[in-house]
Amino acid sequence: MTIVIIFVGILMIISAIYAVEAKKMLDSFISLSLLSLLSVFLFVIMKAPDVAITEAAVGAGLTTAVLILALQRVGGDGK
Amino acid sequence: MRRVFSILIVLGLILFFVNSLSILPEYGKVKLSKVSSAYINKSVNGNSEKVKFGESKDLEDGSANVVTSIVVNYRSFDTLGEVTVLFTSALGVGLILHGYKRKKYGRQPNFILRISVGILLPLILLFGAYIFIHGHLTPGGGFPGGTIIAAGILLLYLSNEEYDLSKASKFVESTAGSLYVIVGLTGLAISGIFLLNFLPTGVVGNLFSAGIVPIVYILIGFKVGAELSGIIADLHREEG
Repeated sequence: MTIVIIFVGILMIISAIYAVEAKKMLDSFISLSLLSLLSVFLFVIMKAPDVAITEAAVGAGLTTAVLILALQRVGGDGK
Repeated sequence: MRRVFSILIVLGLILFFVNSLSILPEYGKVKLSKVSSAYINKSVNGNSEKVKFGESKDLEDGSANVVTSIVVNYRSFDTLGEVTVLFTSALGVGLILHGYKRKKYGRQPNFILRISVGILLPLILLFGAYIFIHGHLTPGGGFPGGTIIAAGILLLYLSNEEYDLSKASKFVESTAGSLYVIVGLTGLAISGIFLLNFLPTGVVGNLFSAGIVPIVYILIGFKVGAELSGIIADLHREEG
């Protein structure tokens, strides 16, 4: 189980770095959503289902939608 | 040069976090305080031991979910502040995006999207309502339930551009927020403490238990769902 947790943690770090370094804004939103989903997995393993539900609803669902809507308002990728 | 500085800053933060982690006790070997041990050792079978701290009026009884009990009983004023923070941010989004008229696209969304929203939306709303009604028994509560409902309303906005729920969401939000404060003021009027749990608490594990915790969580669920769907409605509206 420890190996799985370490693997997920490394994936989280990689997706966080990709979210900063990605050329397109949409790619970094998707990678932030991936980061939230991986942290939901970790929260479930660490027996915090409350936090996991909130993270799944807020981080993976609504934040991505609000960011994409804001990107649409701003008018696409600001190059 | 900027990269070098940022790497140095990140290394410093990593050192700081590792040092602060070494202060924490080992995993699973925490010395529990009085309140937390009383919460964690509570049983859900119905014949739980009575726990009384000072003058508290069965404050710990009735709610099986420890987190909910702490958030709504001990730290209810804190929760009121969180709801206010959310309200302020929704107000800011509404003020910035004020005055734009809604533009019609004049095209129907995808067939699959429309039909699947019709099937999925009642299930999503039901799940959100379940999460905030059973907030004192199972994991969950007002904030996640309201967010799930707002995600369902986002699907509604995406599937059909005829819907405009911004007026209804403002009404629901203001009513639920006022009712939360009124519940707190009722506790103040009855026993002299703001947001006191003044209703009788039942057996741990029943639906009708935990005093005002389910009422407050239902109000918070409505308020959070209305606020977040209001933000989505503000952002979804196109300028024209």
